[in-house]
Parts: sequence; C-alpha cells; structure tokens
Amino acid sequence: MTDPTVRPSPGGGEGDGGRSNMKIVPVRHPGRWVASAVILVLAAMLINTMFFSHVTRGGVREGRYQWGVVGKYLFAAPIFRGIVVTLELTVIAMVVGIVFGIVLAVMRLSPNWLLSGSAWIYIWFFRGTPVLVQIIFWYEGISYLYPHLGFGIPFATPFVNVNANVLVTSFTAGALGLSFNEGAYMAEIVRAGIISVDEGQTEAAQSLGMAKFQTMRRIVLPQAMRVIIPPTGNETISMLKTTSLVYAIALADLFTAATNISNTNYEVVPLLLVASLWYLFFTSLLTVGQYYVERYYARGSTRALPPTPIQRIRQSFFHVRIKPVPAMADAPWLAPHE
Amino acid sequence: MVRATQVHKSFGRLDVLRGIDLVVNPGEVLCLIGPSGSGKSTFLRCINHLEKIDGGELAVDGELVGYRRSGDRLYELKDREVCGKRAEIGMVFQRFNLFPHMSVLDNVMAGPVRVKRESSSTARDRAVRLLERVGLADKVKSYPNQLSGGQQQRVAIARALAMEPKLMLFDEPTSALDPELVGDVLDVMRGLAEEGMTMIVVTHEMGFAREVGDTLVFMDGGVVVESGDPRAVLTAPQHERTKSFLSKVL
Ligand SMILES: Nc1ncnc2c1ncn2[C@@H]1O[C@H](COP(=O)(O)OP(=O)(O)O)[C@@H](O)[C@H]1O
Ligand SMILES: [Mg+2]
Repeated sequence: MTDPTVRPSPGGGEGDGGRSNMKIVPVRHPGRWVASAVILVLAAMLINTMFFSHVTRGGVREGRYQWGVVGKYLFAAPIFRGIVVTLELTVIAMVVGIVFGIVLAVMRLSPNWLLSGSAWIYIWFFRGTPVLVQIIFWYEGISYLYPHLGFGIPFATPFVNVNANVLVTSFTAGALGLSFNEGAYMAEIVRAGIISVDEGQTEAAQSLGMAKFQTMRRIVLPQAMRVIIPPTGNETISMLKTTSLVYAIALADLFTAATNISNTNYEVVPLLLVASLWYLFFTSLLTVGQYYVERYYARGSTRALPPTPIQRIRQSFFHVRIKPVPAMADAPWLAPHE
Repeated sequence: MVRATQVHKSFGRLDVLRGIDLVVNPGEVLCLIGPSGSGKSTFLRCINHLEKIDGGELAVDGELVGYRRSGDRLYELKDREVCGKRAEIGMVFQRFNLFPHMSVLDNVMAGPVRVKRESSSTARDRAVRLLERVGLADKVKSYPNQLSGGQQQRVAIARALAMEPKLMLFDEPTSALDPELVGDVLDVMRGLAEEGMTMIVVTHEMGFAREVGDTLVFMDGGVVVESGDPRAVLTAPQHERTKSFLSKVL
C-alpha cells in the first residue's frame, strides 16, 4: 500500500492544471490527537485499577475490584432466580403496558368525552405519581383500603369474597405497579404513533368498507409502529432496570437477590457488580433486538434498507458484494434470501 | 344511481354545500368541475358516507345515504351498515392513499379479504387480473413507494375495483401527477367508462370531460351553477361564472 494520506486526485482533466500529479495534504486535526491521547491514558489507568491493582481493606490486601468474588456469584443459583423474576416482571409489565397503552391511546382519540376523559385521568394519575410509590401502594394500600375484595353485581352482596392479602402477593403487587405505570407512558407513545399516520389512510380504508377496528388494526397501527417502536425499545430497556424498585417490597428480583447475598457476606460492591453485569447483558440483547424490529417495520418507508452490521462485516472481510436489499425482502421469513 | 336533492352540508358556520341537485343515471359518467373550495370533494365524501349531510336528500341506488327509511321515520345507519354501503362504492383520491406497508398485491387484496371475507386465492386471482388490466402485472410484489405517481394511482383504481363497486368516485385523480403520467391513468378510466361503469369524476382534465363524460357539472360556492352535455357547456357556457372559470382553466 502507498501512504494513505497521499492520494492522486480523482479528477485529472485539462482544466485542473496538472493538479492530478501533486500531493494532496489533508487538513490536520491536532486537537483530536490531544483529546485521543488523553482518553487513551485515562482508559489505561482505569483498566490498570480494574484488573491489576490491589488495596488493603481491614488489614487484608486484596484485588481492588474483587473479580474473584464477582465470578463466584455471577452464576449463583439465587442470582439466577432473581434474573428470572426480573425478566418475568419486565415481560409482564411491557406486555400489559403495551396493551393498556393501545387501549388508552384509542380511548383518548375517541370523540366520546367520557372515554377520552377517563383515559386522560388514568394517564394523569399514573404518570403523575412515582412508580415506587405505586408499587408499595399495590402491596400495602390495597389490603389496607379494601381488605375484602368481592366479585358480583355492583352495589349488591358479592358472590365471592377474597382476602386481599391472598390476592396481592409481592409479585402481583410489583407486576401491577409496573404494568399500570407503563400503560400510562405507552398510551402517549402509541397516541403519537397513531397521530403520525396520514388521515388519508383511514379514509382509504373506510372507503373500502373496513370497520373502525379493522382500520385501526390493519392499516393505522402497522404504520404507527415505525414511530412507536423506538421509544418502546427505550421503555423496555428502562423497565428492565426499573424492576429493581421491587426491592422495596422485598420481592427477590436480580437486584434484591444480589443485595440479599451481600447482606450476609458484606461483599457489597462485588455483588453490585454482579447485578450490573447482568443488567448490561440483557440491555445489550434488547438493543440488538430493537435494531432488527425497527428494520422490519421500516418496510415500505424506505426504498432500500442499509445492510445490517453483520452484513457489513461480511462485506468488508470477505469482499462480498451484498445487493441493497429492497425494503420488502428485508424480513427473511417473508421472502427467501439468496 | 345517485340522486341528490337540495343537499346541504356545513362545517361549523361554513356552509360548504348549499343545496346540490343532481342525478347520475346507471352507466353515466358525470364530470364535476369548479373552483377550489367549491365543495366538490365534500360532495363526493357525502356520497361515500365519509361526511353526514345536514339537509336535503341523497340517495345511492335508490337507498338513502346515512339513513334507513321505515314508515315516516329515518333511522341513522349503524356503523356496520355504513361500512356495507361504502364497500359498494369505490373511491380514488388525489393523493392515492395506497397502504405503504403492504405490497401492491396486498393493497388490491385488502378490501376483498378483510371486508368481504373472500378466500385469499379468489382475491389474489382477481387482484392479479385487475393489475394486468391497469398495466401493472409486473409490479405485484413492489411496494407503493417504489412506483411512480401514475402507477400508484392505477393501483389505487385496481384496489377500488377489487370490491366490484357499482359506483366509482374519482377526486381529482390526476392532479398530483406529472403531466406525462396523466395519460395512463386517464386511459384506465376511459376503459372503465366504456365498460359501462357509473362514475363521478372531479377533474380539471377538460379533454377527458369532453370525450368521456356524459354530463358536465359546474359547481361554485356549494351549488350547481350549470350542467349539461360536456361539449355544449365547454363551448357555449350559459352562465357568467362558468364562463369566467373556463376562461381561466382552458
Ligand atoms: N372536515 C372539514 N372541516 C372543516 N372545513 C372543511 C372540512 N372539509 C372541507 N372543509 C372546507 O369546505 C370547503 C370546501 O372544501 P372541498 O369540498 O374540499 O372543496 P373542493 O374539493 O371543491 O376544492 C373548503 O373551504 C374547506 O376548507
Ligand atoms: Mg377537492
């Protein structure tokens, strides 16, 4: 290879006075070099402290970050049980939140003021109070306010009576608190998505004879998805971490499990690292998933989708020419891929 | 097929339609012209139950739009009944309004499959036939944004025809097209007219109105100012407003 900073100019007509034979000196960026050097030094210092330095705590000299302890607990059984609870709460809260969000968004856009008004009040309440308070409220408040939950005809003697303490376990309280709160946020996200779809779409669907529900389900929502997906991905990532608030009602999620261990062995920081590493692992998975879901819903909005990172890597390593994928053939399960 | 008697429609305090009278017979092609804001789109939307009329009577195929007469009472139609009526009327929009997230084929199949609950093989056969007819057999798998405006509008016509409507409404179908693409769309519409489709066409294409139209209606300020044989209206308009409008567009 020749010196990459010296390239012949791509031009070379008569008009440019033989410039094609001259060296081109690119602009130098000394500031960038200084900044890069500073960052590299800081990174080296950090890595040194993380992996190669020791400290003396309580008279014992030990590794600064205690990676041995982290490794010992990273795959411990209580941590795994905590992960399961965290993932369950995340999935339940997001699924219920999205369903609530769609229903509330459609209600808010309804011309009926009772429907739009009640959706507005729901959102006002659940967005206006801290989710931590809501979680504790589901756990403590329901059995305090309504110790006996009756099911039957309104205002008549109920057929079935349940003790609220039985019904509202810490898991249900956590799931309810997170779900109802998420519903309020998702409602606003879905509403923004619905509004973003051109009214001509509704009109075209209706002129074919589609009912309101069909129009929403088949025409408006699929198009609204393009606007709905990115913030929903953020919400999911945020939810994965927000589940740790169930610590307050002693529900053994990932964070609580890690804390429970450190409460007995006093290895507080290593166990926080264990929890953090797992949270990072799952948020990374979600980030990748979000990228592909976004691509899927971009069908029909861009003429050709850019290659995925994996395709890009294949392209540069193996010099495979990948044709720009037409937007429709993007999802491999929809169209066969050569 | 369509009978309008003193149709009124207002948005708030704005009177858009102020007593429209007109009749469209089966198989007739009625071209509707008039200045912007004169209520042409609103009138088409009323026929297709997309707007409720405030006064007068509007009937399609002998049945009132929006109401069912029983004895001396008018009952407002339920949503489901309204959908049934709309399914019998095809509508083509200025801005095409194709469904961008569906392939061309799915756009044309959407109505029959979702509304008429047709099997997808029946719907697909018809969709392919209609797309051939509008000259887009090779585009079935494309998405709308991969087509030119003229192609999109022809898909939109095929989509409306897939419901086998008894009446077709066109709201300025060529106004958003580049001039060289207008011809293909007008050809499709001419073919439809020759097959005896009843059509109401809002258009500024006076050539089309003259050749294909059976009646030309000039609307202004929410009323029908003048109507008659297109050649007669275009060459010898009777009213001052028609004259001045035509002098601007011809
Ligand atoms: N949904 C609506 N709400 C309020 N005003 C409307 C609405 N639709 C149309 N209009 C008004 O009605 C008038 C007639 O509109 P339109 O029927 O679209 O006219 P044209 O199609 O002849 O140009 C315009 O002044 C327009 O602003
Ligand atoms: Mg109009």
